[in-house]
Formats: sequence, C-alpha cells, structure tokens
Amino acid sequence: MSDEEESPGRVAIGISFGNSYSSIAFTTSEGKAEVIANEEGDRQIPTILSYVEGEEFQGTQAKAQLVRNSKNTVAYFRDFLGEDFKSVDPTPCHQSAHPKEHEGTVAFSIRDSEAESENTVTVSEITTRHLRRLKNSASDFLGKQVNAVVITVPTNFSDKQRAALKKAAEDAGLEVLQLIHEPVADVLAYDARPDAKHADKNVVVVDVGGTRSDVAVIASRGGMYTILATAHDYDVSGAQLDQVLIDYFAKEFLKKNKGVEDPRENPRSLAKLKLESEAVKKALSLGQSASFSVESLSGGIDFTATINRSRYELLASKHFQSLKRLVVHCVEKAELDVLDINEIICAGGNSHTPKLSRSLADEFPPTTTVFAPTLSPTAINPNELAARGAAIQASLVEAFDTDDIEQSTHPVVTSTPHLAHAIGVLSISGDEKGAGVFTLMIEPETPVPVRRTAHVAVPREGGDVLVKLCEGVREIKVTKPEAKPKTNGANEDEDDDDDDDDDDDDEEEIREKVWKAGRVLAEMAVRGTKKGSKVEVQVSVGAELDVQIIAREVNGKGGTRGMLDKPAIAQNGSV
Amino acid sequence: MAAITINLPLPVLPEGWSAEKDFKAISSLSPATQRNVEPVGPHFLAHARRKRHKRTFSEDERIQAQENVKKVEDDDAGEISEEEDPLMLQRDAKDWKGQDHYAVLGLSKYRYKATEDQIKRAHRKKVLRHHPDKKAASGKTEDDSFFKCIQKATETLLDPVKRRQWDSVDPGADLEPPSKKQVQKGNFYKLWGPVFESEGRFSKKQPVPKLGDEKSSKEAVEGFYDFWSYFDSWRTFEYEDEDVPDDNENRDQKRHVERKNANARRKKKTEDTARLRKLVEDAMGMDERLKRFKKQQYEEKNKKKIEREAAAAKAKEEEAKRKEEEAKLAKVREEQEKAQKADAKKAKEAAKNAAKKNKRVVRGAAKDANYFHEGGDASAAEIDSVLNDVDLVITKVDNEELADLTAKLNGKKGAGEIKAVFVDEVKRLVGAGKMKEGEAKNFS
Repeated sequence: MSDEEESPGRVAIGISFGNSYSSIAFTTSEGKAEVIANEEGDRQIPTILSYVEGEEFQGTQAKAQLVRNSKNTVAYFRDFLGEDFKSVDPTPCHQSAHPKEHEGTVAFSIRDSEAESENTVTVSEITTRHLRRLKNSASDFLGKQVNAVVITVPTNFSDKQRAALKKAAEDAGLEVLQLIHEPVADVLAYDARPDAKHADKNVVVVDVGGTRSDVAVIASRGGMYTILATAHDYDVSGAQLDQVLIDYFAKEFLKKNKGVEDPRENPRSLAKLKLESEAVKKALSLGQSASFSVESLSGGIDFTATINRSRYELLASKHFQSLKRLVVHCVEKAELDVLDINEIICAGGNSHTPKLSRSLADEFPPTTTVFAPTLSPTAINPNELAARGAAIQASLVEAFDTDDIEQSTHPVVTSTPHLAHAIGVLSISGDEKGAGVFTLMIEPETPVPVRRTAHVAVPREGGDVLVKLCEGVREIKVTKPEAKPKTNGANEDEDDDDDDDDDDDDEEEIREKVWKAGRVLAEMAVRGTKKGSKVEVQVSVGAELDVQIIAREVNGKGGTRGMLDKPAIAQNGSV
Repeated sequence: MAAITINLPLPVLPEGWSAEKDFKAISSLSPATQRNVEPVGPHFLAHARRKRHKRTFSEDERIQAQENVKKVEDDDAGEISEEEDPLMLQRDAKDWKGQDHYAVLGLSKYRYKATEDQIKRAHRKKVLRHHPDKKAASGKTEDDSFFKCIQKATETLLDPVKRRQWDSVDPGADLEPPSKKQVQKGNFYKLWGPVFESEGRFSKKQPVPKLGDEKSSKEAVEGFYDFWSYFDSWRTFEYEDEDVPDDNENRDQKRHVERKNANARRKKKTEDTARLRKLVEDAMGMDERLKRFKKQQYEEKNKKKIEREAAAAKAKEEEAKRKEEEAKLAKVREEQEKAQKADAKKAKEAAKNAAKKNKRVVRGAAKDANYFHEGGDASAAEIDSVLNDVDLVITKVDNEELADLTAKLNGKKGAGEIKAVFVDEVKRLVGAGKMKEGEAKNFS
C-alpha cells in the first residue's frame, strides 16, 4: 500500500558504518530521527562478522567469538575498503582474522562454509554481507523492505573508497542516495532538533572512535556547513583507552598470581581481557567504580578486581592530553582561535568518558558549549549522532531522482565562494567617543549568496545617522592581569583557596576576541529618524561578491539603498 | 534568518556629509575563499536548487571548480622517505633503549624539530610497510622485531615526557663545538651558530636568542651571552637510568637502584652544566665582537687620557721634525760657507797669479822696449833704474790697475808707445796722490 504512495517507491534509512560499530536510523513520520535496535536489542551493532560451521554471526554475538574463534571472525575492516593491501594498517586486526593480499585488494581467509577448507573473502564482500544484515534488521523493524540508504564516511575517505562502498551497498540491494561526511552528519543531527536555532557558529566535531579519532572544524552559516579543517589520528582511540585498562588489570593479575603466564602473551587470554576491559571502560563512564571479572584468565585462574574512575582517568590522562592537543591543532589549522569556537560536539562511543569531554572543555573558553553526555543534559547520545544525521539526510533526499541528487552534490554546486572577512556596521559604544565599534553582521567564511538583516539602535535624540559598512578583522587581545589584585576579604575564604587563586592569576592571561574595522565598504545616511526607533540594515552579498545594501528606519518610509560592484577579477581560489 | 538586533547606537551623521542619493560606495569586498559546502541538510538543498537554475558551466569548468577548492584534507604521501639502514632493520626490539628513535621512523633530519603530526604520519607510514602481516604476505618469515622497534619509537616520541628524556640524550642531535683552529680560519658565526642552536633546544625559555653575525649590536651580543650564562635547561638523564626492578621483587634492591639512578642523573646533569659553561666560555673567548666591544668601551672610558697622550705624542713629533729641519739648514749653510771660502781662496790665488803674470808682462814690456834705450844695448845702470821705476809703479798700483795697465801694454811694440803708457800711468798715480812727482824718473 505504501509502496504506491511514495513516489520512487523508496524506503530510505541512514547508516553509520564505523570501524568498530555501526548503527541504523530512520526518520519517523513526524520528521524525528530514531535509531533502530537490531534483533538482539543493540543500537550499536559491532561491525564484526563471525563464521562458525557455516553459520554467520553479526554484532554482539560475533564479538563474543573473538575469544574462541578469532581466526574466522572479521573485525575492523571498514578502513580497508577500496584500498590496496600495501596501504592498509592491519594493527587493529591483531586479534581477529588477519588481512591478506588478494588480486590487488584486501581479503580475509576464513572458513565461512561448512567445509573444512578456508575461503578467501574480499573486504567488499564482507562489507556487503554486513550491510545486508543491517538492511534486514531495519526492514524487520520497519515492516517494509528497505532499499535506499545514506551512509556516513570519514572526511578522508578517498574517491576509490567511496566507489567501493557504493558498490558493496548496491550488492547488498541498497541504493546509495548519498555518502555524507561523519562530522557533518553529527552537526546535522544537532541542528535537526526542533528547538535548534540556525545561528552562525563555528563547530568542532570530535569523534573518538574505536580505532581512530577524527576532528573537524566546521563553519555553520545559516544551516550551510563548510569544513574548514580536519585532523585524523590513529593513535588516540578507544582501543588505546582499552589498552590502558588491559595493562592495568594484567599487572594486577600478575601481582596476585606469581609465576603465571602473562595474560597478554596468550591470544585467548588477551581477547578475554580486551572484551572485559571495554565493558569496564563503559561502566566507568556511568559509575564511579566498576568491577572486572574474567573466568579462567590465564593458567586456569579466575580473576576479579575493581577499579575506580579516578584511577582510570589517571592512567589514561596521557591519551586525553594527546586528544586535546589534536583538537587544538585542528583549530589552528583552520586558522581560528579557540575563542572562535562556539560549539564542540563530542561524537563516538568514547565521548561518554566524563574526563575526556571535561578536559576538552577546559581547553576552550567558558562561552563554548560542549555537547557531551556528561556535560550537557540535552546532548544526544554520541553513538547515535552520525546515524541520525544520515537518516535526516535520507528523508530529505528520498524523493529526489538519482540524477537530481548527483547533480546537486556535484562540485559545481558545492564549490562556493566564502567571504574572507566579516561584514558589519560601525556603531558607537557607550563609553567611547568618536571611534566606532565594529558590530558583526555576517561572519567570515559565510558562503555566498547570503542576506542578513540587522536592527540597529539610533542615538538617543534620533535625527540623521550614518551607516558605515565595513569589513571586520578578528583579533585576539591578550591582556596580562594587573599585578596581583589583592582580595579585600581575604579572611573570608580559607587560606588554601586563596593560594590557588593567586597562582592562577599569575599565570593566566586574559584573552579576548575583538573585532576591528578593516576596509570601509560604503557609507550611507538615514535622515530624520525618530527618537528611540531603530534602523534596519539589510546586506545582501551576491554570488559574485556584489553587495546590495538597504538602510531604512524600522516602520519608516523611504530609506537609502545602494550597490557595490563585484571586485575586479578575483581568480577562484587565488587567495 | 531572523534579523539581528544591535543595541549599540549608530553614529550621528557628521556635518557636511553628503552624497548622491545619500549613498557612497567606497570599495568592493575582499576576494573570497573557494570552499566546498557540505551537500547536507535542508538549507543546502535550497542553495543547490537556487544555484542549479543558473548553471551553464561546461565540463571543463566542472573539473576546474573541484580543483580550485581549498584543500582541507592533508596529503598523506611524500615527506618522509629516508633510506632504511639494513642494519637498523635487524635490530632487536629488546634493545630499544639503544635505538635511534628518529632514525627508526625515518625522521633523522628533523630530530627534535619533528612535530607531533610528522611523527604520527611517519609512524603510520612505517607501519604500513613493516607490519608483520605485510611481510607474511610477501613470503618472508614473520619477523616482527623491527615492527616492535617502530612501536617503541612511536611510544617514546609521542609521549611528551618520554620524548624530552630521549631528546636529552639523543646523540644524533648533538653538535661538536668547533676547535680554535677551525675558528681561526674565519667563519666563527657559521661554525658556532648551529652549535648554539642545537644546545638551545634544552632551554626552558623560548625563543632562544640567535648568535647573530659581526654586525650584531652590542646589546644583542651581550644579551646572547647573558642568556647562555644563565641558561635554564630542562635536559634530564633519566633515559640512561638502569632498569628499576618491579615493585613485587626485593624492595631494598629497588631502592638501591633508584638511589643509584638519582645519583647518576645528578652527576650527569652537573657534568652537562659544566660542559655547557665551558662551551659558552670558549665561544666567548673566540668571539671577535666581544673583543671589539671591550676595546670600544675602554676607549670610551679613557678618551681624554688618550687624547692628551696623542697630543703629547704629536707635539713631540713636531719638535723632532723642527729640530731635524734646523740641523739640515745649518748644514747647508756651513757647506755654503765652506764653498765660498774655497772660492775666495781660489780667486785670491788667481788674482795673485794674474798679478804675477801682469807684473811679468809689465816688466817684460820694459824689457821689450829695450829699457827705453835708443840704439844698442842699454847699460846695466839704465836697466836697473828702469826696472826700479817699473817695480815702483807695480807696487803703487793694485791688482786691478795692474790688469788695466797690462791690457794697455798688450799689443804695444814700439818703445815710445810703451813709454807713453807708463808715463800716463805715472801721471795718473801722481794725480791720485799715490806717487810723488819725479819719483819715477824714467816716466816723468
């Protein structure tokens, strides 16, 4: 029945396809994105396939097979897709089927049938099987056959990898409507909330995944997203945090049981350690302490231990620091300052770790909103962000023809001039005389065409006013604190507190973001304004950087308007 | 988007401001940056719709558009491509402390200057090449010792604390200070500059001042050596520690080793400080600029003294010169006088000779005139009387008159003529009062 109603007969979902976990999401009839649980009730489905006697297991069940059946279990294969063997890093696959070279691509030797012999299965075939399982889970949940998807990919996925993923999805019977970037999907998931405002903002998306971390700085301007810089790191990851716990528990175990083989030396013991450590890590995100318990860890000895959160944070602090550096590095790469960042979105399962998001928040000014489950009650589950974003995008493009989508996403459309400088008007601040203060109307890096309107107050007496339109330059003003502001009521506080405060004062400089007026674009007069009224200034920048300005009194008549020509031949990209 | 409300008021229109239609265009926008908008979200779709209606680009421009987009993703390729020493590849991972971590990752030309990003990328590149699975794929034995070396190197270099410890003892980054001999050949700045730059990596204070060149100002040079004299180094020698046994073994042993390590570290640190001090002193000793500044300063201080000394020296010199000139002059004069004297003597002699000659001529004239005796030989008495008279005349005339007389007598043959000459002469002498009338009887 519904098949006939929907124009191309499409049922589209969003898939977030990660190295460690995948999720599927759909959009409800009210336009809300929901993440689908699979048959086992998991919303985060481990990206693992395992074969036992010809039977295929996926997700949590397959993950359990890492201990007993690691040779026939394929995990962490997403990044191998569409790559040749010499450029893949097999490190994450130490405890599962090892990748090997096969006809120019990557493949795994596994026993996926009832026969005793091993079969060579290419990574694209594995992906197809995995996507097919995801598709079936979604179809079962929705009661309709799913046939189209939007899949998220990392920003550094090459064209070849994209093509391979598309092919694998099509082999699984899914039409790929679009491949979208993970960080953008994350931002979209937040912006699609009904109460979200489309303010101009700079967003940092920090995605701490299982095998890699990705950071992206995104300029969000009126709902249009532009990636300004990205950073990828294969050393800071969930696996590293697990490793911290693995080492800790292995040492504890050896301390208690002398003369027993190190559980890290034995593949099966190590797999057990790893699984339990990951569970402990997750438990520590919720509770203050967690217990670790493995039967027959090594030499037939059971091991039980507890760990509290602060010890874990201490052990892993090195990695938190490293992530912090990565984020700051990425912001610098975008030629921005931490003060320019309005929002941080924490994505990826490891963002549940309280210390991780806290240490990030410390690096940024208090004005920056950090969306992480431990810091913001309104935060969306970081595991689900990408899938939700993909589902929203899927619902948006569902109705389009394939051709239409392709043309809309072509570089001709996506490549757009972005303003190099901010645009604003000069106004008078309360305490300063004469010198104007630059007041921002359009942020830099805004894609054109763009139109912005501002209501600006007039002087107290009204009368004729001057509207001066300028380009703005952002500067970071660093002020050293004045020599030790001695607190008057020092006795009120405890001595210890005072000392701490003083120390902070000594070291910290106050950094502020200031706008300075740069090139003057135009001057115009609005005459005879009434007392207490406002002037409406509307600036429209055309696709070729021609500017149209209208200034008039709110609810008034007439007003002034003018045009600025486009700049003399600015070669594309020659900035 | 909703309108923004700005509460800061607009400025009042300055007096005399006017423009056609109250609008003055001043300049156009700055050129824009070309970037890729993410094709995601409802607002993008609206944008795409708007944009596509106007689309008239040819296929060529399609490609152009993509190429012009500012690159956001890094290129993974390139950069790190150092030759791998086959000896290094055979290293045992257990001996990781002895390995050159930078060389293992192929970063030996960057060393302490390598950024975190570079290390990560180098690591990834090495892993891609040396992972045991890759070796297995190419049919070689599964030997993962070098892979372990890579992991160890990355672990060391990515941990800021461990990296400092390694950088502290990294033999590849140390530079031998140049010897005095080398410096004497010139090129002080070229030889010492890199040494200080390399030592400067240990400074807690950054940036480290540069050595500069011969044109550096005095302040810069002094600042430079001040900096090095009070050098604040973070160099540590923990890396060379002996392994501390695990805490579940003998506790005393553990403490002993820890103490030993601490002592060793302290000792090495002291040695290092002394080494650096010596190095700085050596450099100062060889630095021509310092000598120049010292001299300048000395000159400044003793300016007056030196001027006075210089004046005295000058005066002395002038005096000597003057004396010398005088001496020269005196000598010349003396010589002249001598010459004059000699001349006078000669003249006298000559005059004497001439007088003698003249006398002879005069006497000869009397003889030629046959003593004024007419006919036959003159008697002895006559001869005697004539000669007496001639001699008398000769004695009465001076040399010049004698010469005149001689000239008059020359060419006179006749006795009468000669006698007339003598008579005239006597007359003249008488007239001049030198002779008495009748004294010369023969010529009166």
